[in-house]
Amino acid sequence: MTPAIAQRPRDAAGTRLITQTAAGRVRNVVSMTRRNLVHISREPMQLSDVTIQPVLFTVLFIYLFGGAIPIPGGGSYTDFILAGLLALNLVTSTMGTAVGLATDLHEGIIERFRVLPMWRPAVLVGRSLADLLTSCLCALVVAVTGLAVGWRTSAGPLAIIAGFALVLFFAYSLSWVAACAGLTSKSPESAASFGFIVLFPLAFVSNALVPTQHMPGWLQAIADWNPVSAVTAGARQLWHNPNPSASIDAWPMQHPIEASLAWSVLILAVAAPLASRFFRRRTTE
Amino acid sequence: MADTMIEADGLVKRYGETRALAGVGFSVPAGSVLGLLGPNGAGKTTAVRILTTLALPDAGQARVAGIDVLTHPAAVRRQIGVAAQDATLDGLLTGRQNLALVGELSGMRAGQARIRAAELLELFELADAADRVVKGYSGGMRRRLDLAASLLTRPPVLFLDEPTTGLDPVSRQRVWEVIRELIGSGVTVLLTTQYLDEADALADRIVVVNHGQVIADGTPRELKERSRSAHVEVTLAEAGPEAVEVIAPLVRGRVSVSADGLHLGAAVDSAPGLATALIRALDQAGLLVDNIEVRQPSLDDVFFALTDAHLPGDDNGSAAARTSAAQHERVRA
Repeated sequence: MTPAIAQRPRDAAGTRLITQTAAGRVRNVVSMTRRNLVHISREPMQLSDVTIQPVLFTVLFIYLFGGAIPIPGGGSYTDFILAGLLALNLVTSTMGTAVGLATDLHEGIIERFRVLPMWRPAVLVGRSLADLLTSCLCALVVAVTGLAVGWRTSAGPLAIIAGFALVLFFAYSLSWVAACAGLTSKSPESAASFGFIVLFPLAFVSNALVPTQHMPGWLQAIADWNPVSAVTAGARQLWHNPNPSASIDAWPMQHPIEASLAWSVLILAVAAPLASRFFRRRTTE
Repeated sequence: MADTMIEADGLVKRYGETRALAGVGFSVPAGSVLGLLGPNGAGKTTAVRILTTLALPDAGQARVAGIDVLTHPAAVRRQIGVAAQDATLDGLLTGRQNLALVGELSGMRAGQARIRAAELLELFELADAADRVVKGYSGGMRRRLDLAASLLTRPPVLFLDEPTTGLDPVSRQRVWEVIRELIGSGVTVLLTTQYLDEADALADRIVVVNHGQVIADGTPRELKERSRSAHVEVTLAEAGPEAVEVIAPLVRGRVSVSADGLHLGAAVDSAPGLATALIRALDQAGLLVDNIEVRQPSLDDVFFALTDAHLPGDDNGSAAARTSAAQHERVRA
């Protein structure tokens, strides 16, 4: 009898009730988050959309469109665009959540998770937290690139941090929508299409890259009520950067911080329970 | 601890038009090993999926460690270890990270999980590969790691779904040894297999399933006795065409003769003095016998006798069963 393999049935239950407690659940979430971060470290190209893409977008937009787009109310395009680029990059990178979950459902590992006495939502929460951490990295890359090409802010450190937090919180809530997409798609490839069908239009039909004043009336109405516009305008306001949307009458443009917080909370309140329902449905047979 | 650790009663499961289980029931007493034996598609894996909380039955009852699988799946998961047919591992983590993750998710402390992982990696001879990414593991290594994952929390009930399918003989032997050690430690095991020798070697009782139904249930010995027929093989020193007529009255059915006429084979009813009677008859006919062997039925014989007798009405099923029986005959010949 090899001691290592010895089974002690009676003490098994006692040590394993931990996943029922809050602390046990937190530990499950930490384990799952770490697992997803290890995945990223194994395939660093997965990170390209939060490292290379932001640099590329920042340089492209500022040098390509910088001179061509006048800002109503004045100000430099570089100062105007940075919040927009942050929103664009963070919104589109939530695609990673959709693809990651769809991949998990496709691999044998999900069967293992399903027979473990774990807190199952940890699969979703761990995914969203790992993606939030990569979003933070993305935000850092955007900020450093922006500073390198001449972005400046006169806001205090707290306001600067609040601006980043506002956009990150929105991206986090959006990652739960992406989770729903990943949990309902048949394959990782079809989960990726969520990015092109939903995320890119969402990011582009907004005030993120161009002032909405130049848009046709119907499109401007959509853009002004687009949550991405509220988030971007909120960051611009906090950073004392040019914010042409401030002169628009729509409520979210007059109260961009409140509006973006409200959007984020609303999206999270709808998408998170929905995602956990989709997860249950996908893992029931 | 409950006396009966695994109970299935009247399990029915349909996948669309396919009826995977049509009322399967069995029970496994604490500390024993049940071999669930059947061909591909017989319903073995479906039964395991229900008992391990992965699938819900359309009808029937299931209890594991005395806990109702349908009403308390989370409590059941605390009592079971599962090694599935397709290794359920994370290809991007190392072997060590996989085991540590399983331990932590099961509620072990990180340090405790790491120690246990190292123990099991050693035991399954994976220590050298422990820090390599599982994607690069061979089939046998994945199986062993999956088995290790199922043992991590020392669960009292183990489900091993075809633990050696696709393994080379050496890995297979290693897995058998591990399972034997587990059995000795008082854990209750449900093992599914297509291999009769595996069930014979490891299981205390065997339940034979086919087409989603239990067609036999007993100890390996009982099942062998159920099919009373044995097999005799005679090797002659010189070919003699009359040999077939000489032994025909003593055997059942047709006598098969090898091309060179030296080897004769036939089914016989086990009876005292059978070999003596055969040799005497051949001797009286002036034939010299080099060798005679009366072989008791193997589980293979039992299995094919059973599955043949339970052909369903539809032609496809019976044709398939006949084909597999025919193939089996060829292999043995």
